[in-house]
Amino acid sequence: MSAPEIDRLIELLAKLPGLGPRSARRVALHLIKRPAQLMTPLADALAATAEAISPCQICGNVDTSDPCRICANPERDASAICVVEDVADLWALERTGVHRGRYHVLGGTLSALDGVNPEDLNIGKLVDRAKETAVLEVILATNATVAGQTTAHYIVERLASAGVKVSRLAHGVPVGGELNYLDDGTLTAAMKSRRPL
Amino acid sequence: MEWTDEAFVLAARRHGEGAAVVQLLTREHGRHAGLVHGGGSSSKRAIVEPGNRVQSNWRGRLPEHLGSVTLEVERSYAASLMDDPKRLSALAAACAVAEVALPEREPHPAMFHATQALLDSLADTDDDVWPAVYIRWELGLLGELGFGLDLSTCAATGQSDDLIFVSPRTGRAVSREAGMLYQDKLLVLPGFLAPSEGTEISATADDIRDGVTLTRYFLARHVFDPLNKPLPGARDRLTDLLKDPPKSP
Repeated sequence: MSAPEIDRLIELLAKLPGLGPRSARRVALHLIKRPAQLMTPLADALAATAEAISPCQICGNVDTSDPCRICANPERDASAICVVEDVADLWALERTGVHRGRYHVLGGTLSALDGVNPEDLNIGKLVDRAKETAVLEVILATNATVAGQTTAHYIVERLASAGVKVSRLAHGVPVGGELNYLDDGTLTAAMKSRRPL
Repeated sequence: MEWTDEAFVLAARRHGEGAAVVQLLTREHGRHAGLVHGGGSSSKRAIVEPGNRVQSNWRGRLPEHLGSVTLEVERSYAASLMDDPKRLSALAAACAVAEVALPEREPHPAMFHATQALLDSLADTDDDVWPAVYIRWELGLLGELGFGLDLSTCAATGQSDDLIFVSPRTGRAVSREAGMLYQDKLLVLPGFLAPSEGTEISATADDIRDGVTLTRYFLARHVFDPLNKPLPGARDRLTDLLKDPPKSP
């Protein structure tokens, strides 16, 4: 039996990804044993982040400023917009540093299963952005899934009137991948997307 | 309880952090759900993509349990359709419609074979025959569910030639002679669905548009309206895409 405050802490921690009730108890105990070094700073950081964070009204990214740092950065290439499904995908691309343009976060994919329709996604704003004169290319970086590619095809249709170049990420053999271990689908996509050397 | 069966993945919903509840169209066990351990993880997510043909092994303590299922991919149809919006949309529409329309755990081997034919047509043929195959697949689905259309003879005159309409009330064909007065109330019967004497009639763009309108009407009336559900968005998107003549990739 523990105090209701501790039970509440464990209950909330158990809702975090990767944590179940048992590991939540371990985390809670770890925090309780280090109140000054961990618990209070963590609580302060959570409260400060919750207070400051907001979605960017331009691209849908989450940041402590609106517009977000990427949209507000004049050094970013305004001519290329990379469209991603989720903020996690934006972070993944930012880690690589390969895309120096701007982003647009859709907030999901079209899904018959979950009843997600075009109006539920951040597509209207993307079309408006693509019509700006500075934008020359829209890169569709949706996942290589049925839902991701269906969404990409839908966006291509919607962007037809914007007069911008639309491209998508390549599908195929990953770096370090051995053909023998690749699934048939990836191999098929790789063979279809082959290019001359 | 345990069984092994060939199946197509119709849909998968994440369950908890790493698992997924998958809906399968199996050859012998009909539409059947099961829990795929790790099906929501990045390493196994590709296995539960809609349209995958898989070898499934279901285990449960009691037959009525959800049970767990292990899948081995035999062919990933979606991978070869990713670049073609219309074919990909047809795959998504077929999976979404079957997932709602087919009753769970009721064997429909004919639908399994029809789905196999549809996916083969989508993935392996370069010509424009697949929209007609899709429409026949939906007609087959209606038939399997007990709402098959009778397109062999005219409901009014009994004649078997010059059939160009379908009655929205009875689902029976109507001849030009009997239907012209009521044409604004009748559905159009595409030429390739009308009975022909051994000759294969190819489907035109208008036929395809009339065909998807015809099957959409009866699917909504007999299957989706009684369930108080709209037709899946993927099905409506396919209708929109097929307004234009189909093109080969």
